[in-house]
Amino acid sequence: MATIVQIDPTQQLDPFKSVKKIPTHEFFTSGHRTCQGCESALVMKMMVKAAGPRTIVLGSTGCMYVANTTYYSTSWVVPWMHTQLGSSGSAALGAAAGLKAQMRKGKMKQEPINVIAFCGDGGGADMGLGAISATMTHPDYNLLILLYDNESYANTDIQLSGSTPWGANTTFSTPGSVKRIMHHRWKKNMAGLMAVGHPTCRYVATICMSYGLHGMNSIRKALTIGGPTFIHSLDPCPKGWDYDPIQSHELGELAVQCGIWPLYEVEDGKLRLTGRTQQIADGKIPRKPVRDYLLRQGRFAHFTNDDLDYFQSKIDQMWTKWLIPGVIPFEKDLAADNPPA
Amino acid sequence: MHADPAGVLTGTHFLDGDHACCEGCLAAGARFASGYPITPSTEVVERFASRIPTVGGTFIQMEDELAASICLQGAVWGGAKAFTVTSGPGFSLMMEHIGYAAMTETPCVFVNVQRGGPSTGLPTLPAQADMMQARWGSHGDYGIIAICPNSPQECFDLTIKAFNLSEQYRVPVMVMMDEVVGHMTEKVVIPSADQLDVTPRKHTHKSPADYLPYQCNGDGSLVPEMAHAGEGYKFHITGLTHDERGYPNMTVKVQDQLVRRLCAKIENAKDLVAYEAENLEGADVVVVSYGITSRVAQRAIDQARAQGLKVGKLRLIIAWPFPEKVIRELAPKVKAFVVPELNLGQMVREVERAARGAAKTIHVGHAGGGVHQPEAIVKAIVEANQ
Repeated sequence: MATIVQIDPTQQLDPFKSVKKIPTHEFFTSGHRTCQGCESALVMKMMVKAAGPRTIVLGSTGCMYVANTTYYSTSWVVPWMHTQLGSSGSAALGAAAGLKAQMRKGKMKQEPINVIAFCGDGGGADMGLGAISATMTHPDYNLLILLYDNESYANTDIQLSGSTPWGANTTFSTPGSVKRIMHHRWKKNMAGLMAVGHPTCRYVATICMSYGLHGMNSIRKALTIGGPTFIHSLDPCPKGWDYDPIQSHELGELAVQCGIWPLYEVEDGKLRLTGRTQQIADGKIPRKPVRDYLLRQGRFAHFTNDDLDYFQSKIDQMWTKWLIPGVIPFEKDLAADNPPA
Repeated sequence: MHADPAGVLTGTHFLDGDHACCEGCLAAGARFASGYPITPSTEVVERFASRIPTVGGTFIQMEDELAASICLQGAVWGGAKAFTVTSGPGFSLMMEHIGYAAMTETPCVFVNVQRGGPSTGLPTLPAQADMMQARWGSHGDYGIIAICPNSPQECFDLTIKAFNLSEQYRVPVMVMMDEVVGHMTEKVVIPSADQLDVTPRKHTHKSPADYLPYQCNGDGSLVPEMAHAGEGYKFHITGLTHDERGYPNMTVKVQDQLVRRLCAKIENAKDLVAYEAENLEGADVVVVSYGITSRVAQRAIDQARAQGLKVGKLRLIIAWPFPEKVIRELAPKVKAFVVPELNLGQMVREVERAARGAAKTIHVGHAGGGVHQPEAIVKAIVEANQ
């Protein structure tokens, strides 16, 4: 049978065995002006360190565009291209297709070059969702879309996005005496959406750079597997979440340990819980109450005990009722699941 | 009719243009906004989002500008007065739905706080380079109204005017602010509700059996009456070329009738001329300006007049439709028009076209990022006078 899809070789990026094995060379260096405690900047630094020098990075408008590449400076050592807010998926597809064509024609040396496009939650979960979704259906090209999620339009002063948690205080959802909860939508399940809705997407993972080695190795795995791949990173944001910048790392850990941010990967359709999430699922460590996480952040300072209980109930539901806990939110009705004779 | 007091923040305030624009929307009766954050316009809807729980109404944060620009039209057909705000790249994305609003005759307001372009350009700095886009940005022929405030007070006053005109003519109206006007803070006086005239929706008085959504009454008006979804009227709203029933009809004849009417209802309107004029009588040079540039131009005009030059001022308040007749009648009486604007030549082309060669037209512009130096305009005035 003729080969329909021709996938080029990828770089073989073995996982780092330990922190000590991570190279010291930086490809995201000084020159940016991100906020103190910005976890998204850490994601950029570790993303490209995991990918290595033969990498092209594209990024849509957002914090990691504006803060990293304005005012006469850039922090990128590797080639970098800005794309418009909704365009990270399409731009990555074009870059990967361009490289492939140049190599096929012999105009470039045949070598695996990583193509990574990042987007914020506004650019990825809102505006760019269609472009990323379409890109994930192209099996022919090796590329990674990394969604860095600080749960608001932080670059334009913290407006809510499709990824903002229920009830959070943003400049579009300011709590007041007339109405306490101004944001009623629940955060989009982007990684689940990508994994379930895109059979050609070869690898999906959730990460949090509070667990840096895990995050970097997930990125290396995505780039090694090739084809269209997607990683969703949760990034604590001192400005948008309203906490002392020194707590960024700890808040990321708490998001995972409370079960709000499950770590998992789906490789060619096979799901595996990873990191602390695996330990919680196995009962090795307890799942912490969400109030430990929420009350550390000013954006939830208006929450009453009822609000906290509601939030906890939604997370409990995610772990006890979902068809695949933390990943797939269908609830299987076993009683009704009797096919007709 | 008078404004609803619930939305009128009567008093003397110290507001920036974005916030004043929001108060204008509320005073005009807008109770629905669909927004998407983009600098330097976001503050308009940030204020709306925080004001609406006490006023009553709905604010929805959309996933992008394509969504924001059509969500508000759904709200209009549901009976609300609605608006959205944006800037540069967002305005580009909204173009398809601005054309849709023109075609479906959906009364609504688009606020564009202009910044430098093209593309991402200068997100935090001013420009006036979307003026032609406001007129011609969507495909096809259609009429449009664009208003240019030059102060926070006008951001309030002219936003109300924008809503009123959108209802009167059933057309999308562009409020063409700029970053400086949007972010400058000045005194804004908001009168009481009974001193504010608000144009109600041109709702039909016909019975559902007699109503045709795109039929003009035969009283000379080119603006059909409107009904809302859910009131029992038969509805078929489409971006396709349509007949009086709203049904698609893609013949040459119907296309010509419809598109000519969409243009004529704006171009033939007598009350769509608004400008500020000073010392036009006997002027050798007339400075034509709008928005923030008009305030710099005022300084330049004062300096030139102090030198003894006969300089008149013409400030465009309604930029589209362009006051062609005013320029055409002035042109034979003056040596030149000086047109300062924060772009590389947009409204100056309209001035030149309207002048029909009867007077020189001199553009004073740059690509945005800051306002003019008055001296640059004075220099052009002096040259024009020679």
